[in-house]
Amino acid sequence: MADGQTDVLVMKGIAKGFPGVQALEGVDFTLRSHEIHALVGENGAGKSTLMKVLTGVERPDAGTIALAGRTVAPRSTQQAQALGISTVYQEVNLCPNLTVAENVLLGHEPHRRGKIDWRAVHARARELLLRLNVDVDVTLPLDTYPVAIQQMVAIVRALEIGSAKVLILDEPTSSLDAAETAQLFQAMRTIRAQGTGIVFITHFLDQVYEISDRITVLRNGALVGTYETRALPRLELVAKMIGRSLTELDEMAKTKLETARGIKPETTVSARALGKSGAIAPFDLELHAGEVVGLAGLLGSGRTELASVLFGSEAPDQGTLAVGGAPVEDHSPLASIQRGVALCPEDRKSQGIVDELTIRENIALALQASRGWFRYLTVEQQYELAEKYIELLNIVTPSPDQLVKNLSGGNQQKVILARWLATHPRLLILDEPTRGIDIGAKAEIQKLVLSLAEEGMSCMFISSELEEVMRTSHRIVVLRDREKVSEFSGEVQEQELMQAMAGSAR
Amino acid sequence: MSPAGNPRHRKLTESRLLFPVLALALILVFDFFYVPGFFTITNRDGNLYGNLIDILRNGSAVMLLAIGMTFVIATGGVDLSVGAVMAIAASVAAVMMNPVILGTSIGTDIEKFVTDPSFTYSPLWEVILVTLAVSTLCGLWNGLLIAYGRIQAIMATLILMIAGRGIAQLITNGVRIQIFYEPFAYIGNGWLVLPFSLYIVAAVFALAWVLTRRTAIGLFIESVGINATSSYFSGINEKRIKVLAYAFSGFCAGVAGLVASSNIRTSDANNLGWGYELDAILAVAIGGTLTTGGRFSLAASLVGALVMQATTTSILAIGVPAFAVQAIKGFVVVLVLLLYSEQLRALLRKLTSQWGA
Repeated sequence: MADGQTDVLVMKGIAKGFPGVQALEGVDFTLRSHEIHALVGENGAGKSTLMKVLTGVERPDAGTIALAGRTVAPRSTQQAQALGISTVYQEVNLCPNLTVAENVLLGHEPHRRGKIDWRAVHARARELLLRLNVDVDVTLPLDTYPVAIQQMVAIVRALEIGSAKVLILDEPTSSLDAAETAQLFQAMRTIRAQGTGIVFITHFLDQVYEISDRITVLRNGALVGTYETRALPRLELVAKMIGRSLTELDEMAKTKLETARGIKPETTVSARALGKSGAIAPFDLELHAGEVVGLAGLLGSGRTELASVLFGSEAPDQGTLAVGGAPVEDHSPLASIQRGVALCPEDRKSQGIVDELTIRENIALALQASRGWFRYLTVEQQYELAEKYIELLNIVTPSPDQLVKNLSGGNQQKVILARWLATHPRLLILDEPTRGIDIGAKAEIQKLVLSLAEEGMSCMFISSELEEVMRTSHRIVVLRDREKVSEFSGEVQEQELMQAMAGSAR
Repeated sequence: MSPAGNPRHRKLTESRLLFPVLALALILVFDFFYVPGFFTITNRDGNLYGNLIDILRNGSAVMLLAIGMTFVIATGGVDLSVGAVMAIAASVAAVMMNPVILGTSIGTDIEKFVTDPSFTYSPLWEVILVTLAVSTLCGLWNGLLIAYGRIQAIMATLILMIAGRGIAQLITNGVRIQIFYEPFAYIGNGWLVLPFSLYIVAAVFALAWVLTRRTAIGLFIESVGINATSSYFSGINEKRIKVLAYAFSGFCAGVAGLVASSNIRTSDANNLGWGYELDAILAVAIGGTLTTGGRFSLAASLVGALVMQATTTSILAIGVPAFAVQAIKGFVVVLVLLLYSEQLRALLRKLTSQWGA
């Protein structure tokens, strides 16, 4: 520990479960004063839950929190703030139509003779912002300034109101450009110099290495470890984040080799300099019948965005796309479905299932949409369709009339798969098809992808679990910072892939 | 497997009708004890008359509105303009039959409009066609504002609710036009064993049923109402579905406007259909459709409309002054909606299990 540093926050053995998920299990976390501490992990690793426990949004099932040596148990964000734990969230939650000064001091304005002393409010707000090198007119409404400035205002407010010992920055840079990020980092260094401990949550690894002193890695709700940033090579960090378990690889590898022979030269989808500004940089991509192409990359690397422009749920604004040789004019989900492109979206609950409809209706939905309003699949046809896929995909349910919301995650995912298989797509894009489902269902879905390819379908497989991508894909496309950076076919070493995902190795 | 052959499927439909039918039955039981002769039905020249028939006849307009409103509410929206659209429809119909007020020069004797009950300026089929076209356009306007203009449903339809009555006034130059043309009066006053307006309700209901259960429209409406994002990813065009729902609601309001104006033989831009939009919304709510959208049942909405009308008729029949009707109606609606409340049901379950123990 460097001179003058103390453990300002010690969390020990934190556990938190939600129905069906153990979000945190025995997690320890220590934050020192004068420190910027990066908290990293893939989606669902438990970062946000840990911070929610710390800020009083959630109560832990077990574990203790000590702040400056004293045990605390915050029960609300207000209480946490009063204790000296302040948070600035991803989306700035201030009042955009109030002035900068009002936002900084709202509820804590200096008074004079029973009235708010506006002169003092403005002077104080200006002084606080200047400490972080932010020189703006504090009497203008907040929304006249870019997000970066708004974020600074949020930070200043958090520091001022909470006189924070602990400042949590949750993905603060996700909507900032390079110059704004540099400005934010300057402010963070200033705050660190004043002694406050900063928890910095981000998925940009470059930034972790640029600014943090220590790194804590979480995975699947458990602590992987806490490391000095200087002592942890980038590649090792990536390995720790995604984890590796090498099980039942043999069988899958054999199937993969066999199916690789079935890849046809026929191109199903070809993208030329296709892209959408702000979402995914222009990329070239060719997909073939009978081939499984995996997308690898860390969270936020642009995997979902690439899939979205192929499917048309996000219309690309540059480049060209051809499906089955025909150039694509109309970028929309409906048009995509009609030309044989299907997408299993990333977020099953909000983008996939229609929870109050039955299994039968959910399965018929996309096929019916492609047929239009009046070429109605009769209820009998819907039953036939549903029963066929319930058997084929082994969906566990008492009846096709079960509401989808009553199914387990894995079975819900199979219903969505059935919805797309019913449209007989030539390209099936699967975005995180195995997230949040149990191991058994995971393996089933991976095998299904391979057997679909065997039948001549072209598949795109997206997952944050690297071994899963490697196991199912004939070819792997690697994305980093919303850009396609490389492509690997044939046998590929995990090391190589991680190198590509992480960028320049240290 | 056929839907009728699947027990789970049938049970589901039954339970959707259960609460509204129960509520209606309770009101009728009340009438049985407190209103002597409430159930008497008399047969005059082969036509049936009585309190029960009155409930059906007076409830026609709200039943019609409730059918269209079910479409709209199932998509997660609401249509506040239907009462005003009724007034517009009535004005259009009246002005087409008697355009004197607009200064239209007509060759014939002006007095014929009053003295000859078989005289009309435009033929009846033309009147009906144009009126329904205009009211469907009103609904289309709402739908376009909401789906493509991205205006909240409550605001977009509030605009037409306010402006609609003004438009209705403009059409008739601010005058109430009396209608003496008998064939038109038959729509709301005629009798064919049962009141003629009931056959109109049946026809519109049949149309709505075919649209929602013999095409994909019903499935898409429910899907959009439950989860618009998932529907979008499945290729459903949410905007078109919404436009259709509001246009159909406008169409139903047009039919209701024809029935109501025929019934009182006048266009009355200020009062015709006043407050009916709220009755229709409540009817749909009593029918069990969530105001956030999703699953719906047309039949349950119709029974919901009858609950509203039966309440009114019963209150008046036991001699409560007309001005108190709204208050008591509100009370009945609260009771029915409480039946749907999960919290209340859980509480009742808890209480009964305690007593049982």
